[in-house]
Amino acid sequence: MAEVAFWQGNKAIAMGAIAGGCTFFSGYPITPSSEIAETLAEELPKIGGRFIQMEDEIGGIAAAIGASIAGRKAMTATSGPGFSLKQENLGLAYMAEIPLVVVDIMRGGPSTGLPTRVSQQDVMQARWGTHGDHATIAYAPSSVQECFELTIAAFNASERFRQPVIILGDEVVGHMREKIVIPDAGSYQVVNRKRPTADPEDFVPYKPDPSDDVPPMASFGDGYRWHVTGLTHDEWGFPTDEPSEIETKIKRLVQKVNRFRKDIVRYEVFYGEDAKVLIVSYGSVARSSLRAVREARQKGLKVGHFRPITLWPFPDEELKELASQVDVVIVPELNCGQMLLEVERAVNGKAPVVGKSLVNGELFQPSDILSAIEEVA
Amino acid sequence: MPSKEVLDWLRVDFFPHIWCPGCGHGIIMHALLRALASLGCEKERTVIASGIGCSSRMPGYIDACTVHTTHGRSLVFATGIKLANPELTVVNVMGDGDCAAIGGNHFIHACRRNIDITAVVLNNSIYGMTGGQVSPTTPIGAYATTAPYGAIDPPFDLCNLAAAAGATYVARATVAQPQLVEQYIKKGIQNKGFSVVEVMTHCHTQFGRRNKLPRPIDNINRFKQVSVTKTKADAMKPEELEGKIVIGELMDRKRPEYVEQYLRLIERARGQVA
Repeated sequence: MAEVAFWQGNKAIAMGAIAGGCTFFSGYPITPSSEIAETLAEELPKIGGRFIQMEDEIGGIAAAIGASIAGRKAMTATSGPGFSLKQENLGLAYMAEIPLVVVDIMRGGPSTGLPTRVSQQDVMQARWGTHGDHATIAYAPSSVQECFELTIAAFNASERFRQPVIILGDEVVGHMREKIVIPDAGSYQVVNRKRPTADPEDFVPYKPDPSDDVPPMASFGDGYRWHVTGLTHDEWGFPTDEPSEIETKIKRLVQKVNRFRKDIVRYEVFYGEDAKVLIVSYGSVARSSLRAVREARQKGLKVGHFRPITLWPFPDEELKELASQVDVVIVPELNCGQMLLEVERAVNGKAPVVGKSLVNGELFQPSDILSAIEEVA
Repeated sequence: MPSKEVLDWLRVDFFPHIWCPGCGHGIIMHALLRALASLGCEKERTVIASGIGCSSRMPGYIDACTVHTTHGRSLVFATGIKLANPELTVVNVMGDGDCAAIGGNHFIHACRRNIDITAVVLNNSIYGMTGGQVSPTTPIGAYATTAPYGAIDPPFDLCNLAAAAGATYVARATVAQPQLVEQYIKKGIQNKGFSVVEVMTHCHTQFGRRNKLPRPIDNINRFKQVSVTKTKADAMKPEELEGKIVIGELMDRKRPEYVEQYLRLIERARGQVA
């Protein structure tokens, strides 16, 4: 029987990680993400897993990558400044194709910013924070239930596509407590990375499976020996200067995700059928938006809500289709307009797009969004 | 010519290596491979991790489970690997910049944890790959591209640092004593805890050229001249030790090892022991 609990979002992420098969966490405490580390320090040893508090954020992600290379499903969690510190090694994990889940519970920035206040200012850092080209998968939970479920999804995607996957929670989602229905183990899918079947002597560690562009992954210690490097490498994993090999590698990093965009993209639409005003929001903002949309509906205004659940890949095709029937799109965000640009790109002129930004460390009140609706309706 | 046992540990397809002719790094790689072969280590259960720089290209030439990480971070990758799978033998090779500059914090914390990893520090007192800039072990007065008037920053003594931070086995040799290098790496691997083997090596291309040691042999001869065994050094006055390299086993002690402690913690958490 599914169990009902009253959990904090950060705890739900930690427990979702375990449900997704995580047996290794390494990190460095930072507000507002620390409860994830605290929960896993307590829970992981109970299942024979490993928790280690590292000396810094860089050590936090590096040890997790090491653990993943040694065969464990690994996670690290942080917030804004810590996420910045992790970017170089995040890049190594993209390049070396190491599965990993990185949680960023967003706080206000830039710099130390607002450690205890909510923001959505890391949306572009998640996409483009590390240097170089790669595809990003990032989930933005909006409830404690989703913190649990999307962390499982993040592990599944990281294992399937052999790359880091990001959970972009905001401080409100990470710290709020609400009801969660904990699904029974076995009632949800858990994906494990493809293992090589070749004889160790014939193993080509970065030879992609043509069916999905993802190479099977051996673990250190399981009988295969191979080389892992952040240098651009050939199919054998060794550094290359050969233009065709370089291009093949980098394009595959992007292609392996883009090819399965439809499997990855998640979004949710409320009152979309006859909407003339469309609100696009995610994370905690989506909750205020939905309340505002319901109030507007009660007033007879035809308003709908579109919530991207994967911020990356952005559900642009799905949004474009819906936007083509509306008169105006409003994007309330806890930043100065980061996702607004993506929404404009997706909508592609089918409707005017209006941004509504809030960067004072507070939540959007439903009334703020309702007034924005009434201004345009 | 390496023995058959050592050759078997090399990815000879990737030769010639990138090191300059006469570089000391090859001597250290050979000593490491002799140590691994003589200990009967299995290639599939041996991990060689490295950071960035000339020294850190070494894992590419070794036919084992090898990982070339980001600059200064190899010890934390190695920590994750060891904690994830304690059955693996983990050796970490790094340069002086990797170890003492960008990775200095990771180095002292690995010593503090006493995690069962053997760190081999290839100390050539310079940033070789990036073109001869000053490092945290460049001697005072030595010239580097970023110390055109001579270095004024006091260098680290990596062995003292490691011993003070908690490493349980600490030894130093130079590339002029390859048998000692092999012996210390072997003992480091056998030590259940964090071991540091500092090997003084040379970069005649970047350091030597600017500091009157332009040929490999000039450097080897210098190492022979300035090496002093620990036993001798203990009886010498500080002024007599000026400019000398103290070689030998500088620390060998027992302390609880990190992974073992963690496995006990798991038992406690699972209620298997009171």
